[in-house]
Order: sequence, then structure tokens, then C-alpha cells
Amino acid sequence: MSGRVLRGHAGIGPAVAGTALVAQDNFSARYDLDLAAGRFSRPAHALFGESYVGRVLVLNAAKGGVATAWMLHGMAAQGLAPLALLLNFANPIMAQGAAFAGLPLIDRFETDITAALRTGDQVALDPAAGTVTLMPGS
Amino acid sequence: MIALTDDEGAMLSGARGEPRRLAMEHLVQVAGFFDAEDLVEVTQVHIMADSEALGEAGVAFLERLAAGPDSQRKVVVPTITDPRGTDFKAYERLRQDRSFVELERRMVTAFEALGVLMTDTCINYQTIMPPVLGEHLAFGDTGSVIYANSVLGARSNFEGGPSALAAALTGRAPRYGLHLDAHRRGTCRFRLETRPKALNDWGAAGALVGRAMSSYWEVPVVDGVEGAPTSDELKHFGAALASFGSTPMFHMVGVTPEAPDLPGLFGGPPPPATPIGEAEIADLHAVYVPSDDRLDVVVFAAPQLSLMELRALAGLLDGRRVHARTTLIAATSPELKAAADRMGLTARIEGAGAILLEGVCFYQMHAREIGQANGWQRLMSNSAKLVNIIGGYGYEPVLASMDRCVESAVAGRVLA
Repeated sequence: MSGRVLRGHAGIGPAVAGTALVAQDNFSARYDLDLAAGRFSRPAHALFGESYVGRVLVLNAAKGGVATAWMLHGMAAQGLAPLALLLNFANPIMAQGAAFAGLPLIDRFETDITAALRTGDQVALDPAAGTVTLMPGS
Repeated sequence: MIALTDDEGAMLSGARGEPRRLAMEHLVQVAGFFDAEDLVEVTQVHIMADSEALGEAGVAFLERLAAGPDSQRKVVVPTITDPRGTDFKAYERLRQDRSFVELERRMVTAFEALGVLMTDTCINYQTIMPPVLGEHLAFGDTGSVIYANSVLGARSNFEGGPSALAAALTGRAPRYGLHLDAHRRGTCRFRLETRPKALNDWGAAGALVGRAMSSYWEVPVVDGVEGAPTSDELKHFGAALASFGSTPMFHMVGVTPEAPDLPGLFGGPPPPATPIGEAEIADLHAVYVPSDDRLDVVVFAAPQLSLMELRALAGLLDGRRVHARTTLIAATSPELKAAADRMGLTARIEGAGAILLEGVCFYQMHAREIGQANGWQRLMSNSAKLVNIIGGYGYEPVLASMDRCVESAVAGRVLA
């Protein structure tokens, strides 16, 4: 496997590979999502109506309140979580939530991750190394 | 690699039981993510405890911890809770599903088995034990964190439920972010060119600052405020700033304790200030102007109401009657609800047909489901924080003063 490698800060969670869902917007589980439906539900969000389940969610910054720290765990337990989160800037809540849920999270990339990736890209994440590999052909 | 004391190492090894091992493992993971060099001892923990956020999986996790031996499961520092999702005295009036109520009862039982004090309030800094300048904390509500950091000069990051629980079981938090002087310096500057009038205007001003924040690590400095605002004004300003910005601290020059004057707040010379005047505050309100005058529910919450806000609400409702097609809900802490009962405020508020809830906050009450059960869509509030959150739950929010919200509730339609 070789492809373009995007480098961030060392992250949280296991290595995974999947399909990217990308927007230049921010992220909060409580403010933005319908957790039962597995979709973005805030009308003003760039991904309004999109399903995030099983996708590598690529957004700008963690926003909103503290609820996400509990919610990611519950979403994962129900099989309704994203596969992983790639952010330009996580915040404590997102890091805590990812750690509690065992959800892969990487942030602080050398480049704007929301511009470097496109929806549909196939990516492989290595959170321990803080790297994202864009698979060839995607 | 993070440096641990012998005591912390013992917890991580499992020598103090599984709950403390899990807690320490969690703290070390978060510490690594933020390059913390060590852990800091905290003196008070405030934990997010609404069962909508925990879900079945979160409650089951708590129950596993709570099943352990007493010596292994009890919190080691005073630990209090944020609002829950169900007022056990009022859920039938609100048509909340029984399944939420049962999950909530299980959650309360588990928290109590861990030695957590169920205060069920987000205004703990007004009602339980206000933090002190320089005190290290693990607080778990963005509004309580920003107030503690900014207005009181205490030190806390946003600690979500799992991390606050880990802090409670270990007495520690990772030392990064707001625990460090370097992260408490100003990064950008705003000037209030008008003094906000009602609480919704203070919230709108906070929202305008929050909306400009690019990440958690920004610390806005606000100048131009002549004379001390009240605790409720700063509560609404901070709660909205933290909600729109997801940032944990502001300085208000001449008002907050770490901002006696402008020089010295930044690493170098102060940057130019972004002005916030009447036009900007009006523009923020204009985001939440409805398409027609239908009004389903008026909500005073987020943050919970202080005794002074309850007094104001009772005064506005005296001799009035909430219209039959509109519901008016206010939420406060259990301590202040008891005070309101004793002082006759509850009788005046509920006598006008309004509902006064305790220990909950509207957006933490399965807002989508109770909205559907009661036919609520158009929501009016004086809380900028609430209107920011509630759109994601299928509501059409309107932001207005408490006076105009009450007038509208009485009229049964949104009054301009």
C-alpha cells in the first residue's frame, strides 16, 4: 500500500481504513446529529441530511458542548458511529470521547485536512503515528 | 511520556481496583493527546449526567463501576452533577417516554453508589460552591467551565462525562490547556461599544464573540465594559460564548480577576479590537426571526435560572395567564426550586400556567422526542445558548428578552 501521506499529531484509537466524508464545517454530536437516525440534523451544517455511519468523518474543528464525550461511546455501542474522525482541531471533549469510545481520532495536520481530502476518498489511518494515507486511485 | 507519581502509578497498575485503573488509563490517554507532562490534583469535580448523553451504553458502564467493592468505587474528591434529563416530579406533564425515566433512575442509582452528589445543576458556581482564584478543577459543563475560568480565575478544561468521572475517581486531571498560564493569555480582542441591556443581549454579545472563535485554544479579551456586570449577565455572556465558540475562557478588562488592564494580557502589543455594537447584537437576533407568529413553547433555561431570574419571571407573570396554545417552561436547580417554593415564587409562576422544572435543562431532556410528543416546533427563549443548540433537535428558535417571551406566551403568538 502506497499513497500520499498526511501527517498530524499522534492520535487516539486503533488503525482503520475507510471512505471519507468531508466538509469545511465543524463538529458536535449533540448540536449537529440525529443520533437515532445516524444523520446530520442541524439545518445549517454543511453535511445536513448526510449519514455519517461507518464513514471517516473529516471536518474542521470540534465545537459545541461536553455531551459528545459520552455520546461517541453510545453511538459506537449502537453501531451508529463514524468509523473515525479527522479534524484540523480536536478539543478536549472530542479527545475524551474518542478515548472512551475507542474511536480513531487524529488532528493538527500539517495541512488543512478538509482541503486535502475529498468525500469518497479511500483513506488508511494510523493514529499512533498520527498519519493518514490516501489510497492510490481514490 | 507523562510523569506519574507513585500513587498515580499504583492506580494505573490496578492496585487500587478496576475503576481507578480504567480512570487513570483514560487520563493518561487524554494527557498524551495534548502532550501534558503530568497530572494536576483537582479539588472539585462537576460531571455531566444526563441520560440522553450517556445512553444505555454509558449507564451500563456506570453500573459496572458501581458493582465494585466500596473501597474501589467511591470518588476521592467532592463530585457534583450537571442537570439530568428528567424531572421525576414532572415527566408526565411533559409526556416524556417512560424508557427515558427508567434509564435515568438507573443512572442516578449508579452515580450515588460511586459517592457522587446529585446536585443536578449547571449553575453550581452560583448555588453550590463557587471556585476560588487559582483552584484546579475538573468541571463538566461549558457554561460552568467558562464562568469558573473567566469570572472566578479558577482553572479547568472542558471535562466531559468520562474524563470528569476519571478525575473524580483519581483526584487528578491532565495538566494542559487552561491549567497552564500559557493557555490563559489573550489571543484576540473585542470591544463592547454598547452595554447589553437584557440577558438575551448579553447572550447575543457572547454569541458574537463565540462565533468568531476558530478553536478551543482561543482566549478572547473583551474591553469597553464600564462597571461590573451582574453574575447573571456574565453567566449568559459566558454560556453563549462557550456554546457558539466551544472555548473555555474570556477576559473582560477591568471586570475579571486576571484582566486588571489591557497591557500584559497578550504575549505582545494588543491586537486591534473587533467592535460589538447595537447593530451587531441586532444582527445576531435577526438570525432567529420566525417566518410567522406561531408559538408552541417558551423556554427559560440554559443556563438554569438563578433566584433573581426566577423573581423576575414571577413578577412578569403576576396577574397573567399563559395562553392555552402555548407552553411556558422554566428550569432551575433543585436547591433554588426549594427556595422558590418557600418564597412563593413557584406558586406565582405556576399559578400563571407556567411549568417550573428542577434539576434539568431543556436541551438535555430528549428535546426531539418531547417536541414531537407535544407538537412543539416554534420555540422562544431569552437564552442565546439554547437557540444555538435547539435547531439541531428540529425546533425553530426565536431569541428575545424575557419580557417579550412572557408577553408572547400570554398572547399565544410571537410578538415583535
